[in-house]
Amino acid sequence: MKQIKLSLIALTISVASGSVFAQSQPPLKVGMMLPYSGTFAALGNAIDNGFQLYVKEQGGKLAGREITYIKVDDESEPSKATDNINKLIKRDNVDVVIGTVHSGVAMAMAKVAKESGTTLIIPNAGADAITGPMCAKNIFRSSFTNGQPGIAMGEVAAKKGYKTAMTVTWKYAAGEESVKGFKEGFEKGGGKVTKELTLPFPGVEFQALLTEVAAAKPDVVYSFFAGGGAVKFVKDYAAAGLNKTIPLVGPGFLTDGTLEAQGEAAQGMLTALHYGDNLNIKRDNDFRLAYAKQYKLQPDVYAVQGYDAAQMLAVGLNATKGDISKKDEFAKAVRVAKIDSPRGVFTISRAHNPVQDFYLRQVVGKENKIIGVASKSLSDPARGCNMQ
Amino acid sequence: MDLSTFFIQTLNAVQYGLLLFLVAAGLTLIFGIMGVINLAHGSFYMMGSYLAFAISPVVSESFGGGLISTLIIGVLIAIVIGYILEWLFYSYLYERDHLQQVLMTYGLILVIEEIRSILVGDDVHGVPIPQWLSASIQLSDVMTYPVYRLFISGVCILLAIAMFLILSKTKLGMMIRAGSVNREMIQSLGVNIKFLYRIVFAMGIAIAALAGMVAAPVSSVYPGMGQGVLIICFVIVVIGGIGSIKGAFIASLLIGFIDTFGKVLLPEVAGVLVYIFMAMILLWKPSGLFKAGS
Repeated sequence: MKQIKLSLIALTISVASGSVFAQSQPPLKVGMMLPYSGTFAALGNAIDNGFQLYVKEQGGKLAGREITYIKVDDESEPSKATDNINKLIKRDNVDVVIGTVHSGVAMAMAKVAKESGTTLIIPNAGADAITGPMCAKNIFRSSFTNGQPGIAMGEVAAKKGYKTAMTVTWKYAAGEESVKGFKEGFEKGGGKVTKELTLPFPGVEFQALLTEVAAAKPDVVYSFFAGGGAVKFVKDYAAAGLNKTIPLVGPGFLTDGTLEAQGEAAQGMLTALHYGDNLNIKRDNDFRLAYAKQYKLQPDVYAVQGYDAAQMLAVGLNATKGDISKKDEFAKAVRVAKIDSPRGVFTISRAHNPVQDFYLRQVVGKENKIIGVASKSLSDPARGCNMQ
Repeated sequence: MDLSTFFIQTLNAVQYGLLLFLVAAGLTLIFGIMGVINLAHGSFYMMGSYLAFAISPVVSESFGGGLISTLIIGVLIAIVIGYILEWLFYSYLYERDHLQQVLMTYGLILVIEEIRSILVGDDVHGVPIPQWLSASIQLSDVMTYPVYRLFISGVCILLAIAMFLILSKTKLGMMIRAGSVNREMIQSLGVNIKFLYRIVFAMGIAIAALAGMVAAPVSSVYPGMGQGVLIICFVIVVIGGIGSIKGAFIASLLIGFIDTFGKVLLPEVAGVLVYIFMAMILLWKPSGLFKAGS
């Protein structure tokens, strides 16, 4: 008797679970192509953490589909990018690719995704072209274009009454796009960029350029550098005494994650970015608390961009009931959505780039304190994108 | 460019050239005298910077000393590391061809980067300039020049003089020079060439690490910082003549000038000027400006 009872229970369980499986779809395969090693490893991990945090908050499912992750370390190496994303798409048959940090790698990824039609969400790389001439209905970005923080900072500099500006950056795409943005914002407001100084990437010997700045004495200097270069430039600028008479401004990356190393030299500097410390809205406070609890780490702008990449995916999936192959419906849903991000609510432009507020931030101690909005609902010009 | 700007730029050029010499000197020693292409040289420069970052707080706490004792302790650590690495890896490379040397030393770059990542992480760090060197000199109405940069130049000049004297005036220097010309002969004359090479190698590493330590306060400390200096160091060694300290010194200053004025006067092509210059020198003098050991 006992035996029969047990087998009956077993039968009901198997029938029940069988019916559940019949209704739900197979897990959604998410290919994470991020730098898990090398200089950008910390950024890659923050994006990964942010993405997974959102999925966990939804109970591990988006639009009722389980999520499985397939991770590839892109090493920030453009020469390996095409191979790496092809592996994800062709060998692992992923449904969506999330990546990456490095613009050169992201360009190669966008090219492949455009051809294969696989949905791609870029959680950082700011190359203008991806949401410009290369834009496509299956390619989205949850971060920014390189020009955006530049435009915002340029507008602020013009409003502050500066008349002349010089720019300093590496001679490579990200730097030149950032400077172009600044020039656009600054000159629209009545300023004039008198000289654009560059040095070969990734050189860090700035002394010759600082001497040029000192000789020309512009009202303000805008510069784009990242990582070690950002630290050294800000310190050299202060060591040359220039910060006393000619303020140095830049996109947020100039002082993000580098304040520990920049120390005194960065104090008081103004930068523009779509995120910052002490934002103090409920959405951000909740996010920061949840992130800190989960990972025992403080989140940064990269974690936010990863988190929002997952939000954008969720919006599209919910609209298509989990069927990611419906590209048109997916794109339409993301385009009309209001993404409730820790950075503040943003929308997606017709070129699939965030339309968002850029904050004006000032370095106080070891924080990039938000002191106002540099540019409200700033959209990227998206030149060359024919998508309507 | 007015005259005062020109003078400041000249100062920048000399200062940058001297710093380049400090890094390249160790490379030309190892490359020229021992015949090993040491791609990992930049990694030892990076190691020096990280050493300065790691030990300067410890040193100032336990010895009360500042920069100088940090430099001395750092150099001693670097000598020990260099000595061990030579014994473990490099000593097998002398008779091998260049491809094998390149493979092994490239592997060493990856290993050292990984160890750095595990021990210190991937963040950018700063090393404070010691109080007594933190002043600056007013150069023009808006620009000042940090005294610490002059201190770096001083260290570079001292090192150049010391290396020159050791190599050309002492018995050790004579043995080193002889060993670079004919390894077997000097061995048969009763000189322990293995030990000699180990010392030279450890010195070369120590100089690279010293360069990293001295530069750390102005360059900051970050992953992959060694690769940036490696290429330019090879250019200097090749222009100056492989193994020539004098050549490396002059080549460093030349590169300092070309780089500094190139960035200002010809920014469009600044990235390639140095290499065009190298090509021209090699067409004129295929083995570089000076002979080994000079």
